[in-house]
Amino acid sequence: MKQDKAISLVLLLIALSAISGLALITVFIFKEGLPIILRVGGRDFFLSSDWEPSAGHFGILSMIAGSLAVTAGAMVIGLVFGLGVAIVLTQFCPAGLAAVLKPAIELLAGIPSVVYGFMGVVTLVPLIRTYLGGPGLSVLASSIVLGIMVLPTVTSISIDALQAVPRPYWEGSIALGATQWQTAHMVMLKAARSGIVTAAILGMGRAIGETMAVIMVAGNPLEIPHSILDPVRTLTSNIALEMGYASGQHRQALFATGVTLFVIIMVLNTVALVASRRYARRGGAR
Amino acid sequence: MTRPSPVALQRVVVVALWSLATMTIGVLLFIIVYILAHGLPHVSWGFLTQSPEYMGRKGGIFPMVVGTVMVAGLAVLVAAPIGVATAIYLTEYTREGRMTAMIRFGADCLAGIPSIVFGLFGFVFFAITLHLGLSVISGALTLALMVLPTVVRTSEEALRAVPSAYREVSYGLGSTRWQMVTHVVLHSALPGISTGVVLSLGRCVSETAVVMLTAGSALRLPHSLFDSSRTLALHFYMLSREGISMPNAYATASVLIIAILALNMLAYWLMRRFVAKVR
Amino acid sequence: MVRGMLRLLAYGTAAAWVLLGGGCGRDAARAVSVVGSTSIQPFAEFLAEEYDKKNPGQRVEVQGGGSTAGLQATANGLADIGTCSRALKPDEAEQFTQTLIARDGVAIVVNPTNPVNGLTSEQLRGLFSGRIRNWREVGGRDGPVRPITREEGSGTRESFVNLIMGKERISRAALTQESNGAVKELVKGDPAAVGYMSLGLVGEELKAVSVDGVTPTAENVLAGTYKLARPFLFVTKGPARPDAQRFIDFVLSPEGQKILETEGLVRAR
Repeated sequence: MKQDKAISLVLLLIALSAISGLALITVFIFKEGLPIILRVGGRDFFLSSDWEPSAGHFGILSMIAGSLAVTAGAMVIGLVFGLGVAIVLTQFCPAGLAAVLKPAIELLAGIPSVVYGFMGVVTLVPLIRTYLGGPGLSVLASSIVLGIMVLPTVTSISIDALQAVPRPYWEGSIALGATQWQTAHMVMLKAARSGIVTAAILGMGRAIGETMAVIMVAGNPLEIPHSILDPVRTLTSNIALEMGYASGQHRQALFATGVTLFVIIMVLNTVALVASRRYARRGGAR
Repeated sequence: MTRPSPVALQRVVVVALWSLATMTIGVLLFIIVYILAHGLPHVSWGFLTQSPEYMGRKGGIFPMVVGTVMVAGLAVLVAAPIGVATAIYLTEYTREGRMTAMIRFGADCLAGIPSIVFGLFGFVFFAITLHLGLSVISGALTLALMVLPTVVRTSEEALRAVPSAYREVSYGLGSTRWQMVTHVVLHSALPGISTGVVLSLGRCVSETAVVMLTAGSALRLPHSLFDSSRTLALHFYMLSREGISMPNAYATASVLIIAILALNMLAYWLMRRFVAKVR
Repeated sequence: MVRGMLRLLAYGTAAAWVLLGGGCGRDAARAVSVVGSTSIQPFAEFLAEEYDKKNPGQRVEVQGGGSTAGLQATANGLADIGTCSRALKPDEAEQFTQTLIARDGVAIVVNPTNPVNGLTSEQLRGLFSGRIRNWREVGGRDGPVRPITREEGSGTRESFVNLIMGKERISRAALTQESNGAVKELVKGDPAAVGYMSLGLVGEELKAVSVDGVTPTAENVLAGTYKLARPFLFVTKGPARPDAQRFIDFVLSPEGQKILETEGLVRAR
């Protein structure tokens, strides 16, 4: 019993140190970043696109717009292809083949982000520049590269969601005479809706957080992009580009950008949590 | 205009969906094949064991391999025991309640924070404030914090998946809690936990933004934990971005991809063993 | 079995933590850390290689990040020597000890397929500020102009802004790249691009245009006729560490200066 108490204490200490380590990061980032948001003023920080650190201007609207544009594009591709693959693998694929393809996709998805960015620069950017115009470094290039990166996340969570739909749902629909596709889109997708929403949101989180691949294919100007062929700068790229030499208020502004990202992720995770609670209730026992 | 029959519609949809799937798998395969085709011819034993010359234009990648092993290895060596211990405490030694739910939410959030934010923290806290400088240890500690939430969460899931019947039987036989944990629960959960650890290792190996800001980009072989070191992923980024040497860039990427694919396959194999054990 | 694995894990972790503590003799054989300008980086790296050959055991680590990042790192204690490819501002000059190691030109580069061979300062201001939007206006082919710039902390950018742009601001639509190499790669691939970078790093794959009638060569920089020139500086906070000072001495020695000259820079002495 005494040994058990001692071990329990040790584990508690370790757990506390882990939690406090992570809490430290949160506190540190907010402590460094919040003051400048308050000093500059929420409106000037979030709604001004004038980012000129040497003159003391810290408006991140261009970057917010950039992150949103790139993420939206990425989700279009990620959802269309990711969900498409998930539907194929769960509804229209013999079990044997699906058992091979699913891990294959997850395996292939371990490719590092810099490799995706590199492939984007080498193949995608010249194509866009030659055939569609603009510098090639663009919202379009970033969206495609990011879309491919979040695909596996969306696919695997969607597959889990679809596989969690109780079999009687599927059997009942087929028994009523529906085709597999009718079953898929009228019954299965609807039943797995919450799980698919979770997949989309987690994919979105990944897209917003990506840094290196985006720096390579986005162009990083200071302006808000006006078309998908325009170059763009995201919140994450901004931090990476300027962190090395930023000091004083400039550095605080970068931390404030970190705070912004933190809050966005927290919001996304909360939505995902709510959606997944509904998913658990609906999915029921397998 | 008559509505297409459901059967006809299904045929069209199936073709469309399979095209999407083929395109997806095609693109992923294309990337890997393209890199390996351009890079493998340049990968040799010499390449792996020599140091780079002329900023990487000639020579090999030995210091980068060592640097990657040191940074990623140390990160996981720190994060894994702490993360697993935390998970054990949360699942076996506490009751499910508001506290644990909050911790879980916090861990999920932190697992989703962009890596560059961790890089920012690591640069200012470890490198500057703690005077650790641009070094292997700054990089490793930052990476450890980055993967800690993931290790905790996946370990927790693995522990939870062990049927409570196992625990009850163990108690029934008169074991202490710790004996139950080590002899019964961990035994079953270990593959699942290992999957999480291996995947975290993979994440540390691919990570570039964090190491750029904390471990630096020195080309020399690191002699101690306080030396700066360049990882494979960062080396590839710099070689390709600056046009220093395309053949070497491809070769570095090939080594990187093969290493990560191997890690992922290991993780997958471990996961299958885990599923077999607890189902 | 699990007991055994746990024990192994415990020993492994303990060993790792001992290694950590063992590294605490850090100051003893710590490498000289040189951080800063991406323009100076390749040259410093080459010098470090040569230095290493002559003095095995004397380790010099070179990193990039940009001139201002180098100054920051030196002020923070992260670096022993900061490298800077622009003149120091007055308040910086007070903070640091600077040593001139070479002089370099800033080249204006365009894609090899661009027919333009020379530009005036006024035209450059127009191109980079976004006033001149079409290459036709400066004697090139019909097509949009895409200016490429560096990040704000870049010494090359600072020098370019001081020497050419003056009061006019670089266009907000200019694509930002974080090193000379990245600028070079971009201009190499985009026929409509125009950028500025270290003269010593241009190489054969790009075209460096003449500015106000003067061709960009090391000779013209030395002679003072090519006005777009900036100093390459090694800065330290106070007197340099003995190891660091030895490296600086090597760079300033006839041998070190010859290496820099061969690589395309203008020697300091």
